[in-house]
Amino acid sequence: MTDRVARSGNATPPASAGGVASSRPAPRKKRYSLLSRRDKVTLWLMAGIPTLIVGVFILLPTAASIVLSFTSWNGIGGFGAIKFIGLKNYTDLVNVYQPFFPALTHNLIWLVFFLLIATPLGMFFAVLLDKNIRGTRVYQSALYMPVVLSLAIVGFIWQLIYAPEQGLINNLLGRTDQGNQISWLGDPSLNLWAILVAASWRQVGYVMVLYLAGLKSFDPGLREAASIDGASEVQTFFRVVFPVMRPINIVILVITVIESLRAFDLAFITNKGLNGLELLSTLVTNNIIGETSRIGFGSAIAVVLLVISVGPIIFYLFRALREENE
Amino acid sequence: MTDIVGGTAARQKRIRRAGLQAFLITMSVIWVLPLVWAVYTSFRPYAETAKYGYVSFAGIYNLDNYVNSFNQGELPKYFFNTVVILVPAVILVLFLASMMAFTVSRYSWRFNLILLMVFSGANLLPPQVIITPLYRIFLALPMIAPLSDNGLLYDQYVGITIIHVAFQMGFCTFVLSNYMKTIPRALNEAAVMDGASVWKTYWSVILPLTRPALAALATLQVTWIYNDFFWALVLMKTGAKYPITSALNNLQGEFFTNNNLIAAGSILVAIPTLVVFFALQKQFVSGLTLGSTKE
Repeated sequence: MTDRVARSGNATPPASAGGVASSRPAPRKKRYSLLSRRDKVTLWLMAGIPTLIVGVFILLPTAASIVLSFTSWNGIGGFGAIKFIGLKNYTDLVNVYQPFFPALTHNLIWLVFFLLIATPLGMFFAVLLDKNIRGTRVYQSALYMPVVLSLAIVGFIWQLIYAPEQGLINNLLGRTDQGNQISWLGDPSLNLWAILVAASWRQVGYVMVLYLAGLKSFDPGLREAASIDGASEVQTFFRVVFPVMRPINIVILVITVIESLRAFDLAFITNKGLNGLELLSTLVTNNIIGETSRIGFGSAIAVVLLVISVGPIIFYLFRALREENE
Repeated sequence: MTDIVGGTAARQKRIRRAGLQAFLITMSVIWVLPLVWAVYTSFRPYAETAKYGYVSFAGIYNLDNYVNSFNQGELPKYFFNTVVILVPAVILVLFLASMMAFTVSRYSWRFNLILLMVFSGANLLPPQVIITPLYRIFLALPMIAPLSDNGLLYDQYVGITIIHVAFQMGFCTFVLSNYMKTIPRALNEAAVMDGASVWKTYWSVILPLTRPALAALATLQVTWIYNDFFWALVLMKTGAKYPITSALNNLQGEFFTNNNLIAAGSILVAIPTLVVFFALQKQFVSGLTLGSTKE
């Protein structure tokens, strides 16, 4: 792997370096260079088509988001009507656009809630279920079941619980009358927490499944050694298991961060992401599909989201990469 | 881990185990409760719940809510839309990602690593980062007639299929290339010695060996694409073309006017994924974990 990175330079067709065929003196021993012209074209196409699709539909829009964020464009009048206005969208975002800071705060609350409650709970369940107790399969299934459901369905299922008049909670509390009902999804001081509970219902199972898979590959000898040394179960977990599980811990950390930044469906389904449920993702969406299509301004919000996401993504990719090289 | 100490230690352990069981049972019940509540509500006619209250065991139970939500909500139409988007998307993404994974994992060339990184990174982005320009691209790119009735990608099944393929490509490539790396390289060389072309090596040597990973990924992708709510919301304007998950939001309010109908509609839409849960749990979980661990 490493020598490939070291040699990287200008564009080269896939078949020309290292591996099976090599048309130039490679540092490694030369193998049978049997790749015909047709094979080279085949390899080019096999790598080229997927790259083209990702390039056009993911990378190009990402770059375009950045460029458009410096323009005032409402999408009318073709690309010629794009006017660059410097940082105005960003200063407006901070100074004028009221939902911006609430959205940023809500994304942060989402992240903290996941980091402190949902993710640790999922890990905790995984540790308990790893003990091979009776009925572990049943418990696993119960906790993991919400993972297959769409967030849209999760939203609907929890509406049945939160609805003011017909919902489970208010019916149990006897607070279904107009005067005294609790508006779990309508009250801006409550609704974020209400949908965080619904989101965690799914996140806990997700983390549990991933962590359990990691624990299964954990060497039981290590744990036994610790218990022979007189360590309690809690000590064994924090001093032995958790550090050894570092790679999977990082995966779970990144997933938690990414999922928090991607939060969208539940907020949008509940009230289009308004009135207490503003998130960066819903602001971007509302700036395109609303009555006023503000492409430039929407892009600026998207860039904020991008800047926040890039950190954890790069961190994760470098980890994955280093592991690969080791 | 058998206890040899016996006596009090063993009893303590038994008590701890019982406590653990009680805790896990409680949590499991809490976890399935929302779904059980939805199922229970869905079997009760609205008139009954209005009369006895939602929290009650009284009145009659029937399938009326299912029949009504299915017919009034025109669910078959939306299920059909989902199938039209989903089936080609899953086949295409697995096909393209397996080719990509094949080239980066079986042949060394200088962009392997950077491409893998870019692909995986692209998959981790929040979709909203790209949606604004993507919306414009969908309005600008032409699309040929049988696949598009307005000459564009916007407001078309094919557009939604393509964005799913593009967005899921990174994850599938990542998982498949990790999997293919575990297949001995000697197999490639043997195939080449036998005079097999690159395509033949891919199609008849490597791909068949990748089948377990493909099955797991297919299960995962079917579930994820089925569950997607976002893309159609922005990239389609005709509500009648919406896939089922995106359509739910419009159905609420328009047809699903009470909790009983919402419950039945939700269960109906959840059924395909619940089938995955009950029948293909192993595939689904191994797909998830293939992406995070490297076993």
